[in-house]
Amino acid sequence: MMISINIDGRTVQTDAGSTVLRAASAAGIRIPTLCYLKDYNEIGACRMCVVEVEGARGLQASCVLPVSEGMVVRTDTELVRKARKAVLELLVSNHPLDCLTCEKNGDCRLQDYCYEYEVKESPYTGRRSEALPDDSNQFWVRDNSKCILCRRCVAVCAALQCSDAIGLAGRGFETRVAVPGEGLLAASRCVSCGTCIANCPTGALMPKLPQKARTWERTKARTICPYCGVGCELFLVTKGNRILEALPSNGPANNGMLCVKGRFGYDYVAHTDRLTVPLIRKNGELQEASWDEALDAVAKGFKAIAAAHGPDAVAGLSSARCTNEENYLFQKLLRAGIGTNSVDHCARLCHASTVSGLAATLGSGAMTNSINEVLQSDLIFVTGSNTTETHPVIGSKIRQAVQRGARLIVAEPREIELVEQADLFLKIRPGSNVALFNAMMQVIIAEGLQNTAFIDDRTENYAELAELVRDWTPEVAAPVCGVEPELIRQAARLYAQAERASIYYAMGVTQHSTGTDGVMSVANLAMLCGQIGREGTGVNPLRGQNNVQGACDMGALPGDYPGYQKVSDPAVRQKFEAAWGQTLSERPGLTLTEMLPQAGSGQLKALFVMGENPMISDPDLTHVEQSLRKLELLVVQDIFLTETAALADIVLPAASAVEKDGTFTNTERRVQRLRKAVNSPGKAWPDWQILSGLLQRFGLPADYKSPSNIMDEIARVTLVYGGINYARIEHRGLQWPCRDAADPGTKYLHSERFSRGLGKFMPAAYRDSNELPDSKYPLLLTTGRILYQYHTMTMTGRVPGLMKISGTSYIEIHPDDARAAGIADGDRVEVQSRRGRLQARARVTAKLSPGVVFMPFHFGDGAANLLTNPALDPTAKIPELKVCAVQVRVAGGRQAAAGGEVTAGVDNKVGGSR
Amino acid sequence: MKRLQNLADLQAAAAVTEAAASVQVPHGRLRVLVGMATCGIAAGASPVLDVFRSEVQARGLGNVQVLSTGCIGACRLEPMVEIRAADGSRVTYVKLDAAKAARIVQEHLVEGRVVDEYTIGKEDHRPQSDHIQQARSLEATSFFGRQFRIALRNCGLIDPESIGEYIARDGYAALGKALLKMTPVQVIDVIKQSGLRGRGGGGFPTGRKWEFAAAQSGPLKYVICNADEGDPGAFMDRSVLEGDPHSVLEAMAIAGYAIGAAQGFIYVRAEYPLAVQRLGLAIRQAREAGLLGDNILGSGYGFDVQLRLGAGAFVCGEEIALITSIEGQRGEPKPKPPFPAIKGLWQKPTVINNVETLANIPVILLKGAAWFTAIGTPKSPGTKVFAVGGKIGITGLVEIPMGTTLREIIYDICGGIPGGKRFKAAQTGGPSGGCIPAQHLDTPIDYESLTALGSMMGSGGLIVMDEDNCMVDIAKFFLDFTVDESCGKCPPCRIGTVRMHEILQRITAGEGREGDLEQLEELAGNIKLASLCGLGQTAPNPVLSTLRYFRDEYEAHIRDKRCPAASCRALVRYEIDPERCCSCGLCVQSCPVAAIHGSKGKPYLITRDYCIACGACAAKCPFTAIHKH
Repeated sequence: MMISINIDGRTVQTDAGSTVLRAASAAGIRIPTLCYLKDYNEIGACRMCVVEVEGARGLQASCVLPVSEGMVVRTDTELVRKARKAVLELLVSNHPLDCLTCEKNGDCRLQDYCYEYEVKESPYTGRRSEALPDDSNQFWVRDNSKCILCRRCVAVCAALQCSDAIGLAGRGFETRVAVPGEGLLAASRCVSCGTCIANCPTGALMPKLPQKARTWERTKARTICPYCGVGCELFLVTKGNRILEALPSNGPANNGMLCVKGRFGYDYVAHTDRLTVPLIRKNGELQEASWDEALDAVAKGFKAIAAAHGPDAVAGLSSARCTNEENYLFQKLLRAGIGTNSVDHCARLCHASTVSGLAATLGSGAMTNSINEVLQSDLIFVTGSNTTETHPVIGSKIRQAVQRGARLIVAEPREIELVEQADLFLKIRPGSNVALFNAMMQVIIAEGLQNTAFIDDRTENYAELAELVRDWTPEVAAPVCGVEPELIRQAARLYAQAERASIYYAMGVTQHSTGTDGVMSVANLAMLCGQIGREGTGVNPLRGQNNVQGACDMGALPGDYPGYQKVSDPAVRQKFEAAWGQTLSERPGLTLTEMLPQAGSGQLKALFVMGENPMISDPDLTHVEQSLRKLELLVVQDIFLTETAALADIVLPAASAVEKDGTFTNTERRVQRLRKAVNSPGKAWPDWQILSGLLQRFGLPADYKSPSNIMDEIARVTLVYGGINYARIEHRGLQWPCRDAADPGTKYLHSERFSRGLGKFMPAAYRDSNELPDSKYPLLLTTGRILYQYHTMTMTGRVPGLMKISGTSYIEIHPDDARAAGIADGDRVEVQSRRGRLQARARVTAKLSPGVVFMPFHFGDGAANLLTNPALDPTAKIPELKVCAVQVRVAGGRQAAAGGEVTAGVDNKVGGSR
Repeated sequence: MKRLQNLADLQAAAAVTEAAASVQVPHGRLRVLVGMATCGIAAGASPVLDVFRSEVQARGLGNVQVLSTGCIGACRLEPMVEIRAADGSRVTYVKLDAAKAARIVQEHLVEGRVVDEYTIGKEDHRPQSDHIQQARSLEATSFFGRQFRIALRNCGLIDPESIGEYIARDGYAALGKALLKMTPVQVIDVIKQSGLRGRGGGGFPTGRKWEFAAAQSGPLKYVICNADEGDPGAFMDRSVLEGDPHSVLEAMAIAGYAIGAAQGFIYVRAEYPLAVQRLGLAIRQAREAGLLGDNILGSGYGFDVQLRLGAGAFVCGEEIALITSIEGQRGEPKPKPPFPAIKGLWQKPTVINNVETLANIPVILLKGAAWFTAIGTPKSPGTKVFAVGGKIGITGLVEIPMGTTLREIIYDICGGIPGGKRFKAAQTGGPSGGCIPAQHLDTPIDYESLTALGSMMGSGGLIVMDEDNCMVDIAKFFLDFTVDESCGKCPPCRIGTVRMHEILQRITAGEGREGDLEQLEELAGNIKLASLCGLGQTAPNPVLSTLRYFRDEYEAHIRDKRCPAASCRALVRYEIDPERCCSCGLCVQSCPVAAIHGSKGKPYLITRDYCIACGACAAKCPFTAIHKH
């Protein structure tokens, strides 16, 4: 309902539930504020926003004052100004007033208002808050002497990030922002997301910048985070060609939040390890070359091998870290230039089973709903995802949803952070997902909780599903999953009976030899309950790399042209032949997981790797290296000399994500603009320019002026990107499907009908993992990611702050298993599987169940993938990275363990694909 | 007690309890009431109670009933014991200890002779109140006799740990009447007509508060009893909670019925362990008797109460801070509106009343609005309990009709200023209030007149100051309290009060400068103007009111570096009168800093540079030769 109030003599129409501050702001009337933070900190504390209201006693804080019909407000009277000035005079009486050297000078609200209200200094003398700055955090300093206690930091930590790491201690003049127990920030729950410092109006929270920079020396570029698939929008702040920091933007995916990596993980960009010139191996050594030499050599090499052994002797690994435009050009080069469909990328290792499993059931292998819809869910079911560490901003949004009353079920082998908020925690054995889902569906059907109308109208093959799950009672599933039957029942009921239930999953479901079955079971469960096709519901795979969705969309897959148009479909092939002016191969290409064995067996002769590092990321690394060494020609295009690049014949130096324009497609299918913030080092080129140079050498027209031209070409050949161009995505991006210029994009999929028409139940019987613990290898190893590292650490391994927080490989082991093996917390242990062995530090923790051990996979030193099992899912060809059998024992006695620590540092070779 | 199903059960219970000799002492029996409130216990009442209990048992005195009761209000005279006989006679013994108690058992209980020298009149030797000396019982004293007790009606008379005794004194009758014979609207009407105003200090009409909350729709509403009494020197609420806990529970249930709430919370400070314990017991008893819980007295209405303990923050007495504290957050005020009656606890309509306000409710409901409005003044009907302290004959609790003058309280009821000193000012309203000087002693006390004098009613602290009190120091004392107790949320209160305090500190240290008073006034004005809650908005009051009435004292400190009351140490100097000094040397021995020297036969001298003005020498001097200037 709209009402009208009078502000400063003007009649202002406003929503009846609004506040005076909001109404004034909407009407363009500015009221000063220090503590106000819309939606998160409306507490009336700072007293700067006070106004006079006719008929009301005293002054009122406009940020919390509800409007009422006919209200008469004055925002700038003498009394109001007097009160504001008094507040400022008191604040600066307890402030160092060291503006001359303060890094915040010029960007400080306190300073701005003192200027406006002509507060030169305080009329009051007296004591000041004295506290030594807390500089224990790797990335910023808290200096409480500059704190005005506006509490915006506390509010965003509690309500946005949901960490509750900081709060207020003391009272009166002694009030201060502190961590519980008043220790150091570094020893608290703080996850260094930096949301607090982005919201500090003074210099109390200041980032530790690589160099000093006055406000007016800084430039901001609005772009997308180079890390995970959430696709957070941010501002890269630069001075000259140096990135100082990133500031969160109010982007559609992140709403003012970032995680520690996106906020502070940029030291790699200007790192001296960056590749700056093309390198060609001559006499066994990589030697500098010109771009023309290098590109000619690449073209000549691929052409020669294709001519000698056929085009399928060449394959390419595209990159989930490169832009859509670059992925498009890469697969075009392989398909139209070289003539092979053997193009793939690391999605094979993470969500290949999502693509296959969801395509079979729903018809489209992407996140069905949008990130922000999690806030509309009544029930959130998280499984196979350590969301707060791998997709921190989505993790925070899940916590926000729980704060607002949503219920949360977590099914995970480890007691992850989200368990704290969970209503139900099912501590499942790794690899038992299908059994769990089938049992939940058994309960739902047995108790009549399924959505019959939805099943009848929207799906097919229900009878087969009902038949398959009929005997999978919770009692049958319980020993398989390691979970009490009652918990399974409760989870099933909560999920089925919720008004809007959403499922969030990641690699805990996909990285199995039964990954496709797991994904199909998730889809089955959602369709069974009709928890799909509406806001706040859905099946939501969380994609790992910043552009893994885009790389898939762009056809960096052996069976798909851009937009999932099938290579096997002759009509489609003809369309692309016409578009690209070349005859295209009808032979199916190799997947990533097939390329390496074929290289090993000698069938594959040449490999073009763009921004990937199979030497760390793939299972069974020993075998990966042997295979790569057998290639006749290995070309690697990257920003660092990764473990893989070190084996290459030709190395092409590329621009990092902050050095080029382009687009990324995030996990919610949103195509967003990437904007150049700094120049590349040396002669490094953006990948799209390198690829253009190669395309031209293969006789393909490629005189693209900018990535925008490439996107226009993509839109012409890719139905679901048909309506996307740079002008349209300038501000908020667009979510595909977006078929034409009038299409506003798609917030959630499958609303009226599924992508494949009817949703198809694909019942999947439970199968054991390929390798299970036995007497020789008695422990089940599962792998995963951690907050402070990213993928193979190419970038994060060169960020000293991140390395200091979490820089070495470790293995988590249950106290029972540790005791049995004589392992103490912190011991250096040797971990061995049938494929390899490594050393890591033991962390003894009851977060796991007995019999299960966990390792992060990032570290080059103690690389978990030396151990993992390359057994593949038959459909998706994804390897079973999540389950293998290992033995763990103390490495070389205690003495050696204490003295022999190897720290993967910035100076160590901790490479990886970007 | 068995569950009471209806009104008849309640009446029967009252009769049974009376018959069981609790309140009306039956023929041939004696009832010994030992004051066991915190004040009594602190003064040593527990051993006294033990003696009475053990001796009565040991001697087999079957006709004597020994009970503990709450505070009767005369703190200075604790431990107190009252012995009542069936004929209605009462004897009040004061300042007891175990030995005196044993003697009373022997002489009074066994031999039937009153031990006159321990009775209230004899013990309380004060020249101004000769009439008291004749009094054997508290009731006969002017201290008690001139009071009018509504809120304190049962304190010191009943055993607070017995629901039966409360019921026997019409307890829960008002609840029964409300639930079974009145509609919620009628209940609110009576309270509105009574003109009862909030006794926590704000003075907002209670009936209107209830009416606002009642008008809100929605199934969830709450009643909160604000028992977070925090003013320095105030202990009215504690006495009610310790001495008559059921009166609060009954009133909360009535309030709940009136507004449509089913749940109440008592927010009581953890520093009141005895109150917490007695409230807990009272809640259990009331639940057992069916006076809390479902379907009270067969009315179909249900109400229950839970305790929430405060952790010692003064600001949690502010209603919103109190609510946020109950919600489990840091206890801090928020701007109003919205008021709690609209959006209170967990955003639900909430009535929040203080203990004394609630204690009035059952009586008003039973006796009617007209009875209540006949007491007090037209704008401030009823009574007010004051906790009188400072330079006063009888410190303690007094409940007087509104409109009573300060002079009556100080001189007629509480026995005037001891030591023949001159009255200087009375401080009311705690740290939010102000000082009232002698020229206003005859002002009738009510909400408006106190505010007009620059003070306020507040929760009822009344501190009396005599000529030895420095008003600058007094202002500093109260500000010191606010500085400590500010929650720190808004800058005016958080920083402004500190700045004011620093200026006062300077002035009392003899370092005041021209312009200080103007800056104090400017700051005070800004703090009042810009602070978020009542605490900050009233924090400057003690300074402003002393500036108003005692500006010359401030000026003496600043300009003449002199403390007229000779209280501020930095401005006080001690001198030895050579005429009176007999050079005995005691002063030299008592001086902790060796500032006095001299030799036999000559007057001693104090070296001013060394003297720390502790006053030890003056206290020791047998010839009163040492004077403070």
